[in-house]
Amino acid sequence: MTVLVSVIVGLGLSFVIGLAARAALRAAAPARHRPMFRDMPLTASFGLAVILAYVVVAVLAPVIAPFGEGEVLGDQYLPWAAPHYLGTDKLGRDMLTRLIYGARNTVGIAFATTALAFVAGAVLGIWAALAGGWMDQGLSRLVDALMAIPALIFSLLLLTIFGTSVLTLILVIAAVDATRVYRLARSVAQGIVVMDYIEAARLRGEGNWHLIRREILPNAMAPLAAEFGLRFCFVFLSISALSFLGLGIKPPTADWGSMVRENATLITFGDITPLLPAGAIALLTVAVNFVVDWQLQRASGLKE
Amino acid sequence: MTNPTFPRGMTRRSLLKGTMAITAAGLILPAHMAPAQAEPKKGGVFRVGIGHGSTTDGYDPGLWDQLFVQTFAAARHNYLIEIAADGNLVPEIAESWDSADGATWVFRIRQGVTFHSGKTLTPDDVVASLNHHRGEASTSAVKPYFDPVTDIKVDGQNVVVTLNAPNADFPYLMSDYHLPVMPGTDGKIDPTSTDGCGGYVVESYEPGVQATLNRNPNYWKAGRAHFDQIVLLTILDPAARLNALMTSEVDTIDQVDPASISLLESRGVAKILSISGNAHYCFPMDARAAPFTDNNVRLALKYAFDRQELVDKILAGHGSVANDNPIGPANRYFFAGMEAKAYDPDKAKFHLKEAGMDKLEVALSAANAAFSGAVDAAVLMSEKAAAANITITVDRVPDDGYWDNVWMKKPFCASYWGGRPVEDQMFTTAYQSGAAWNESFWSNEAFDKLLVAARSELDDAKRREMYQEMQRLVSFDGATIIPMYNNYVMALANTVATPEKVSNNWNLDGFRCVERWWFA
Amino acid sequence: MTGIWRMIGQRLLLGVLTLFIISLVIFGATELLPGDLARELLGQSATEETLAALREQLGLNEPAPVRYWNWLTGVLQGDFGVSMATQRPISELVGARLGNTLFLALYAAALSVPLSLLLGVLAALWRNSVFDRASNALALTVISFPEFFVAYILILWLAQTGLFPSMVRITGATTTGDLLYSAFLPALTLTLVVTAHMMRMTRAAIINLMASPYIEMARLKGMSPMRVVLRHAVPNALAPIINVVALNLAYLITGVVVVEVVFVYPGLGQLMIDAVTNRDIPVVQAIALIFASAYVLLNLLADVLSTVTNPRLMHRT
Repeated sequence: MTVLVSVIVGLGLSFVIGLAARAALRAAAPARHRPMFRDMPLTASFGLAVILAYVVVAVLAPVIAPFGEGEVLGDQYLPWAAPHYLGTDKLGRDMLTRLIYGARNTVGIAFATTALAFVAGAVLGIWAALAGGWMDQGLSRLVDALMAIPALIFSLLLLTIFGTSVLTLILVIAAVDATRVYRLARSVAQGIVVMDYIEAARLRGEGNWHLIRREILPNAMAPLAAEFGLRFCFVFLSISALSFLGLGIKPPTADWGSMVRENATLITFGDITPLLPAGAIALLTVAVNFVVDWQLQRASGLKE
Repeated sequence: MTNPTFPRGMTRRSLLKGTMAITAAGLILPAHMAPAQAEPKKGGVFRVGIGHGSTTDGYDPGLWDQLFVQTFAAARHNYLIEIAADGNLVPEIAESWDSADGATWVFRIRQGVTFHSGKTLTPDDVVASLNHHRGEASTSAVKPYFDPVTDIKVDGQNVVVTLNAPNADFPYLMSDYHLPVMPGTDGKIDPTSTDGCGGYVVESYEPGVQATLNRNPNYWKAGRAHFDQIVLLTILDPAARLNALMTSEVDTIDQVDPASISLLESRGVAKILSISGNAHYCFPMDARAAPFTDNNVRLALKYAFDRQELVDKILAGHGSVANDNPIGPANRYFFAGMEAKAYDPDKAKFHLKEAGMDKLEVALSAANAAFSGAVDAAVLMSEKAAAANITITVDRVPDDGYWDNVWMKKPFCASYWGGRPVEDQMFTTAYQSGAAWNESFWSNEAFDKLLVAARSELDDAKRREMYQEMQRLVSFDGATIIPMYNNYVMALANTVATPEKVSNNWNLDGFRCVERWWFA
Repeated sequence: MTGIWRMIGQRLLLGVLTLFIISLVIFGATELLPGDLARELLGQSATEETLAALREQLGLNEPAPVRYWNWLTGVLQGDFGVSMATQRPISELVGARLGNTLFLALYAAALSVPLSLLLGVLAALWRNSVFDRASNALALTVISFPEFFVAYILILWLAQTGLFPSMVRITGATTTGDLLYSAFLPALTLTLVVTAHMMRMTRAAIINLMASPYIEMARLKGMSPMRVVLRHAVPNALAPIINVVALNLAYLITGVVVVEVVFVYPGLGQLMIDAVTNRDIPVVQAIALIFASAYVLLNLLADVLSTVTNPRLMHRT
């Protein structure tokens, strides 16, 4: 029953947030961008509102958070009551504070990692498709070889060898993700390079870089954007899986992936504490992908 | 002071001697079992979910290192001597043992015992089993036990072991889980064989997955090994273990996640068995490396965190505060009256000042491979130490390769000990100068001298005094922070019955749950 | 068609090269890891003496290139050797677990591939409808939970209520029927984990084509939306769909160690983690080669199918 009620309340709330955000965006946007927001679906405005809220929370974390990031304040697992509105975790730290700081650390790292993976993966993938022949084969076999090693074990090997600072964490996850992006980008681009307009551009004597930037990338944007939305969220999961093996972000830094892992056994007893960080990740995932969908829709030029 | 684990008024002779007379009560009809309690019933399939076990587990007894292989071994093998639930030594394959001077030990081998293969056990088998761990080429983890052994030979129905110096505790070593009695051929055992003389015969074994054993119909012990079949399962994930118990896939699990103990209890589907023993969690500092060379720095750190908080939050109360003492309340010569160390930032600052510092910055390397909750414990220590102007930077390191890469390599890290039944074994293993596993590299001449002297001291009162002085030295001069003794926490289905007293020497009733427990 | 066969031949040869590269990478990486088998086997109780004795016994004293060469020549003769830790033949060690892993992968694939294609096509067809939004949001929510978390929730709902077992036990007496029942929860967990990805790619690939002139044309001719999608959009969107399906199938074979741990399922993933932590290099190598072969073959299959379904690519190969 409670599940049903909270789902209904949640949906209603999202609906209101979506409406409010759309109205606000329409009012606030400069005149020439206003048409873009006019037809914006509610899901997209909801997504934008959520992303905006996360960014604000992430940037202002030290101001908003009621306590210090790693501060141990009292007993473990205190109930939800003032001053600990979401209770305390197993060390007696304020859950709300941890979640707020978690936004800052997790979203920052996830964004950096995904951006890096996409720049490297997409550029190399499209270039390989365009160049074809020996270069394509060489790169693709290398990527195949790297991908054939399970991601978790590959990360484990790399992190054990190179250490576990935040920078190596970003680089390692980005490297693993980039191979996946490469494969997708290459296969999408392969479908495009055989199009007549690419032939035409080649005949005009355009260079590879121009082809990638002006002809292929715009046409390959849709599947890549869809992939970006998902990859972004997979980074949280990678961090969570790595904390399963005792790697991941160093304490007392708060991050959602590790927080889910830390509290996971409680779910066995129907306790909802672990749902908080997992819910924070899920909400962001849904929000990001709603916005991506909206942009996909716009890019495809479909009206209905 | 009364001692709960060792009868008072022990004479020099009885210290060195074990016979049926002392211990019959502990074996056939356990005296600790209240008369009102129901007699153990026979039957049933006992399934244990164990949080250890790897696909690379082998059969070689010298390499056994965790609970799955230990319990598996206790089910199929017998040892020379058993440690009873109350901590006393009781005869198993050795019917009795005796030594005139503590240096020459005579073990009388029980007659009429057969291996699962049908072969009759002889003293030659015992010698072969012991020799597997002895000598240059041995790869056994307990090889150091045999370093002082100069000779092992058969004398009729006896096995005679000669040491190069007296050791009153030698019989305790012979109860070690690495030393099962296995069938020998030409003076050698086959370390890949599963043949033993224990209560259960191996039906199937898949390393890292499961072992199934059936009751040995010819088992020589009466009133032991009650189950028809034993199934040991490796379930590494703590939540999966809990789920397996709650959905009745298993009857008993070990290492219950502290966070879920109270939740599990409130469900009423299982009972919690929380046994306090000598096992402890610790944080060794490298006594050779600055700033830990200065005992004032070590003392400052020992006063800079809240031990009770660690017991409450890391162990969920299932343990007790330790005073940097590796000898636990279950040991014979435990020094209970030692001055306790409370959380006292002022005292910590005082010691820092003595060391000529007004603030201290150290890095503490931790991974949950050291013990479950090690990283959290380090975080809690770091939080509390701030008030004493001590900055502890928690360096979380990978679980993988922890014992090789971090332990005894980084100057300040997390570690654990399963506890040892005898003081000498604990101190010799981890605190004697230059010992292979002296993880803090601490070296104290007075301590070393006492250690050697106590080993051959046969007067119980004097021995007690010596061991207590050693505990004081380790606690107030040593380089190992020992904040807590952790209980062995198991969860049992309501159908499982145990004797009133469950052993605190190792987990799962000293690995003997398979033999001592039954279905009510 | 001969182009295709030539491509397959080429790719198989290159696949062998890939396998060789992988064996080198894995061997090198495990060599770089601190510690060795002797150290891991003895654990906390290792002393210099016992370490030396065990290293001698295991043949770890030989230089790395020699050990690699010995391993490689063995494999080329079809002999994967024995596990250094247990001295059991690797073929025996891996054999049963490979079967279990493939069974679970096929089980999950049989559930997830039809489901995600169906949902993806329907979502594209009824894009922006309530169905589209709801299935999308649901899929995204599921995918944003870590695998172990999804598994715990399924256990809470479906195992603690007694509907399905919370763990898998495979003994000699287990029949396929039993296995289908007891492995349902792990298969369902994996299904939930991979469905969102495949479904969203299917939807995106189809929608991407919906504004193309030829689709416009078909629509203007008065074709029903269902026919437009199935006859005109889907065939042209197959390349990315096939790729993402191949990627996820490979994942189901190689990346399910967390699910194996939670459901105590004896598959290859756990064996590989154990072998890595114990530095049992021959076992690591053997499993890496199995995983790599699965990858290479699935990717080859995906490329062949993409090429076959896009005639324009044929001319280039």
